[in-house]
Amino acid sequence: MSATLIELEKTSGTEPAPAKLPRRRLSRRALLLLSAAVVWIAGFVFLHGTGTLALPTSELTDLHRSLNHFNSWVASNRDDNPVFLYLLSPLRSAVDAVAAVFTTVFAASSIGLGLPEIGWLGTVALLGWIAFAVGNARVALLTVAVFTFFGLQGLFVEAAHTFALVVTAVLLSLLVGLPMGVLAGVSGRVEKIITPVLDFMQILPTFVYLAPLALVFLIGPASAVIATVIYAAPPIIRLTAHGIRGIPENTREASDSLGTTSLQRLFTLQIPMAKRTIVMGINQGTMAALSMVTIAALIAAPGLGQVVVRALQSLDVGTAVNAGLSIVLMAIMLDRVTTAASERALPATQRRRSRVSRRTRMIVVGATFALVLMLVQLSRTMLWAARFPQEVNLGPAITGGVDNASEWLQTHLFLLTGAFREAVTLAFLNPFQTAVTETPFFIMFAALALVAYAFGGWKLTALVLACLTMIIYLGLWGDAMVTLASTLVATVIVMVLGIVFGVAMGRSSRFDKLMRPVLDAGQTLPAFVYLVPFLGLFGATRFTAIIAGVIYAAPAAIKIMADGISGVSPTVVEAAVASGSTPWQVITKVQLPMARKSLGLAANQGLIYVLAMVVVGALVGAGGLGYDVVAGFVQSSLFGKGLAAGLAIVFLGILLDRITQAAAFTAPSRSLSTAQPTTTKEA
Amino acid sequence: MRKTSVLKRLVPALAGAAATALLLSACGGSTVNQAAAADGSKTACGTVNVAMNAWVGYTANAAVYSYVAKEKLGCNVVQKDLNEQIAWQGFSSGEVDIIIENWGHDDLVKQYITEQAVAVDAGPTGNKGRIGWYVPPWLAKAHPDILDSKNLNKYASLLKTSESGGKGQLLDGDPAFVTNDEALVKNLGLDFKVVYSGSEAALIQSFRAAEKNKTPLLGYFYEPQWFLAEVPLVKVNLPKWTAGCDAEPEKVACDYPDYTLNKIISKKFSDSGSPAAKLVKAFTWTNADQDSVATDIQKGMAPEAAAKKWVDAHPQQVDAWLK
Amino acid sequence: MNSSAISVRNLWKVFGSGGAKIPLDPELSALPSSNLLERTGCVAAVRNMSFDVAKGEVFVIMGLSGSGKSTLIRCLTRLIEPTSGSVSIGGQDILQARPAELRDLRRQKMSMVFQHFGLLPHRTVLDNVAYGLQIRGAAKNERYARSREVIELVGLKGYESHFPEQLSGGMQQRVGLARALAGDPDAILFDEPFSALDPLIRRDMQAEVIRLHKDMGKTMVFVTHDLSEALKLGDRILIMRHGEAVQCGTGDELVGSPANDYIADFVSEVPRSDVLTLKWIAEPVASSTPGDAPVLSSATIIRDAIHTVMHSSSPVLVEDSGTITGQIDRDSILSVLRSTRAAA
Repeated sequence: MSATLIELEKTSGTEPAPAKLPRRRLSRRALLLLSAAVVWIAGFVFLHGTGTLALPTSELTDLHRSLNHFNSWVASNRDDNPVFLYLLSPLRSAVDAVAAVFTTVFAASSIGLGLPEIGWLGTVALLGWIAFAVGNARVALLTVAVFTFFGLQGLFVEAAHTFALVVTAVLLSLLVGLPMGVLAGVSGRVEKIITPVLDFMQILPTFVYLAPLALVFLIGPASAVIATVIYAAPPIIRLTAHGIRGIPENTREASDSLGTTSLQRLFTLQIPMAKRTIVMGINQGTMAALSMVTIAALIAAPGLGQVVVRALQSLDVGTAVNAGLSIVLMAIMLDRVTTAASERALPATQRRRSRVSRRTRMIVVGATFALVLMLVQLSRTMLWAARFPQEVNLGPAITGGVDNASEWLQTHLFLLTGAFREAVTLAFLNPFQTAVTETPFFIMFAALALVAYAFGGWKLTALVLACLTMIIYLGLWGDAMVTLASTLVATVIVMVLGIVFGVAMGRSSRFDKLMRPVLDAGQTLPAFVYLVPFLGLFGATRFTAIIAGVIYAAPAAIKIMADGISGVSPTVVEAAVASGSTPWQVITKVQLPMARKSLGLAANQGLIYVLAMVVVGALVGAGGLGYDVVAGFVQSSLFGKGLAAGLAIVFLGILLDRITQAAAFTAPSRSLSTAQPTTTKEA
Repeated sequence: MRKTSVLKRLVPALAGAAATALLLSACGGSTVNQAAAADGSKTACGTVNVAMNAWVGYTANAAVYSYVAKEKLGCNVVQKDLNEQIAWQGFSSGEVDIIIENWGHDDLVKQYITEQAVAVDAGPTGNKGRIGWYVPPWLAKAHPDILDSKNLNKYASLLKTSESGGKGQLLDGDPAFVTNDEALVKNLGLDFKVVYSGSEAALIQSFRAAEKNKTPLLGYFYEPQWFLAEVPLVKVNLPKWTAGCDAEPEKVACDYPDYTLNKIISKKFSDSGSPAAKLVKAFTWTNADQDSVATDIQKGMAPEAAAKKWVDAHPQQVDAWLK
Repeated sequence: MNSSAISVRNLWKVFGSGGAKIPLDPELSALPSSNLLERTGCVAAVRNMSFDVAKGEVFVIMGLSGSGKSTLIRCLTRLIEPTSGSVSIGGQDILQARPAELRDLRRQKMSMVFQHFGLLPHRTVLDNVAYGLQIRGAAKNERYARSREVIELVGLKGYESHFPEQLSGGMQQRVGLARALAGDPDAILFDEPFSALDPLIRRDMQAEVIRLHKDMGKTMVFVTHDLSEALKLGDRILIMRHGEAVQCGTGDELVGSPANDYIADFVSEVPRSDVLTLKWIAEPVASSTPGDAPVLSSATIIRDAIHTVMHSSSPVLVEDSGTITGQIDRDSILSVLRSTRAAA
């Protein structure tokens, strides 16, 4: 038959894409980008120093002053405003009550000894059992080992406090996140409304809402948990919605053709099939919760975060690292257990066949539970099982060792690191920052609008201009440009690392295995822990802040690149090798071009991650918006400015996210959902 | 199948072993109930919530106060790590009873003492606080005339860094600290730029490195501060403070005033008549006292142990507080 | 036509915003696809389609990919909402049906078999087949009993507790078929059900469908892009192109008298001798033909007539319901065979 007929595919129901002329489009985009650069450079050369809209650090605008009133308004209305009386206060009591249950059980009971209700032995046994029940024997063993190690570090109670808060926050996040996610998954309209809200929740720096939360929900666990929920719920909502939305069209259609109602579809089809993605969301949410509970130490959330913050204040590197190690271990444990649980959520056939039958497993689970109950009872009666024996304490050894190492590094490397810092700052950072901050704002507007138009057309241009206008309205243009400059420099470094390490990992699975734990640690180690040694090495400078951002952001970029490179079809690589390519040619001509999408995604995620560290960077000399946020957190007269700076960070983040997304994908897809420290891929 | 049956037999065996261990252990060792009984005996004065601010000087005050309240009065002392701002909020929510070292904060005094009347001034701690510009000792020795603010412009190029944009650098600290530095630089006509290190830790680390590596540094600092015991920073003289010279923040051209550090306690706690409230009102000591405890803590001694050491060495002073 | 199971009139499906106006606009509705896309940004996937499917008939919709056939079959149960026109099933206009009525219709009267099976991976074979019954609210015992029956019917006995992933493609489609049969619908819609299968398995499955149709006599609408499949299964075949019906008729009508060059080109590879009946090649009876020459029915397929014609010394007479309508001889048979070989 005549197969030469070429016809348009029209059955998909989507609007047809306009006819594409790739060559012309590419050159037009290049032209637009080039003109953006010309506008910028010309504007800088002829007009620099004018229209920079810089606002001195200690000065405020009227907007900032009016935002300041929020504090006093809350303070004077807390006792009689119905919103507080009937909504916020009961909410706080409820959250406190839930937190109190877990804290009492795992960390400190009410009898005042600071002992967990079920003792350390009971806690270890119970958590190990839970890990076994939801996951497998391997993660159960890991759980037991990790919690025992907390005891050996001398941090059992602190770790248990952190764990209790994480559990509380994750449960509440699920309570909020699952229904919202389901709703966003079934309704496109809900998703449209909810997505910018989630972006906002994830980019807004914690420091901005920590103080107001403490004002509204008072100091203590409730505020900490609510702050954590704000941060941990978005990934749960996003992934739930994604899972429900991602059900194959043909399955959905098949179920529709049988006459399902939408509720039947939800419960028989969408939720069961999205289960794995939802559990992955729980995994991401848990990791986010852990990192936030650590920061919530600033509003008196008990646990490991307190140890880290206190250690930072007295420059006690050893103690900070000891507690940081606990946090990393807890992160690894939580990650592995939830990953194992998500594997269990797969349909039976897709799992690796386990050696024991379902029934035997049930018997083992039941029998071990009896054992757990006995151990719990033992812990409730015997002191040695209730309080972790203090005779075996590795804490001082770890602390001392780290102290010595950090001391040695700072003494011996300072000249080297100082010179390196000066070179990078003077050669790259300063000229670039000058070019950004000294250019008049209207020139930056024009240049960024051209870039946006090149990548995303009118829609994106309008969004970018709106974001920039908001930043000006907030009165923080100057600081925003300082932050933008540092962020871009950090992202470039992140991308270089991402490409170098990503390619190496993508090409060698052994190197990949070696790097993964290091990357996980980089993502989960609280920044507070490594700030002190870095201060010693690099001083309180923007460069130190950039390094902190790079440490946090590079792992994500590296992982994305590694996955992208290893995802390149082996056949193509084989073909390239067979035609006589050198390894270098394979990388530059085949693997990198084919992983272009990953490259774009890595840049996007790199930017967002770097931006997430802007505030932490301000603690070591970054200045800019981050400093405003920190200052707003600690000085009530600067609260309004801090809030404004937080919002400016959000606008900057949305702007950068959308531009990089548009640049990376022809059809933009949401990507913030992966903006969490996570998780190795289980091979 | 084989594997399964082994498992099936193993589990009861384990359970049995555990039960035996449980029975045996019940016969020896101390129990939770005994420990609880031993601990819960002395709670006569109730619970006292002490806000813990960041700096070590504060920790020293709080440690000594807590130690005395706990050991001599039998109070249950709860320490809460909070920054100053949040700690003051705690007065109105009832979660904080004591801030044991307060640096001025006129705005907060106005909000919480004058307007909301949830807190009261519990008198001076006896410590004098001083804020100013400091240089590391080596620099003061090498260039003695740097200690006069009039000569600072001469050293602007020496103090220039990659952060200060061609001018001399004045390193500021934690955003929580009271500072007029931007106005001072402007009004004294100095060719300097204020660079914000962002935290006290960053500031201390910078001074420590500057002294060790003999690099020039000018920065904001304050005393009492334990770090001065490690590196005795030297204060630069700014035009002398006179009453009212810092009334308008934009026009300040004089040094910072001396602060009389005081204690702030919640109104409710003050009115409760608790012995712990009496103790906090009576608590005073000197900068030297505080530095000695703070240095011990900084060297790695637990705050409680450092407090005990000082209390044991100063029985009369402690008795005077308790009278 | 009251006896028709499915009756479609003036059905349009236009994708794109503002598509609803196009069927009403005589100028726009007459535009060819590419011009329409340029003018309005809309794609008309189904244009002004009208046909009837008789009860118990196997009706095949056939066309190349992009011709609109999958859209058309989805419009029949409103899995895709038609833009205008009417579809009536058993006399009920489903485009007017409210959601509950539509659901009822899908549960009771029509079921569908999909190209990519659309099985639920988290359910066993038994639960997949029982799914439709569960949706209706059938009790557990009842639906499992019925499902087991159907599973046996499609030859999957013994696989009840397997999961879809453990089955081959052909077996998975048997599950899909069983699921469609379980609810005992009046009509079954097939959307290219076998195009994802290996050729051998496809042949088995086609035989299976023919067998089931013989046994149960259900109305079937069958979408395919494979002409030989269409000819094998279809009582009647509708050929679509650019969303429009090009020709509708029985297999031998399409091959014997293609409506235009497109259809002619389409069917040119078909072995005509396998499809055409004697009716298509019969010539007027020559006077020289003896009266006692062999007689064959005009509905006889040419291939089946070869033996008789080749062994007859005279031309063979062709009769249609008792009357002699013409004759065929060796030359006419050979010319059909020759044209078939040339096309191949």
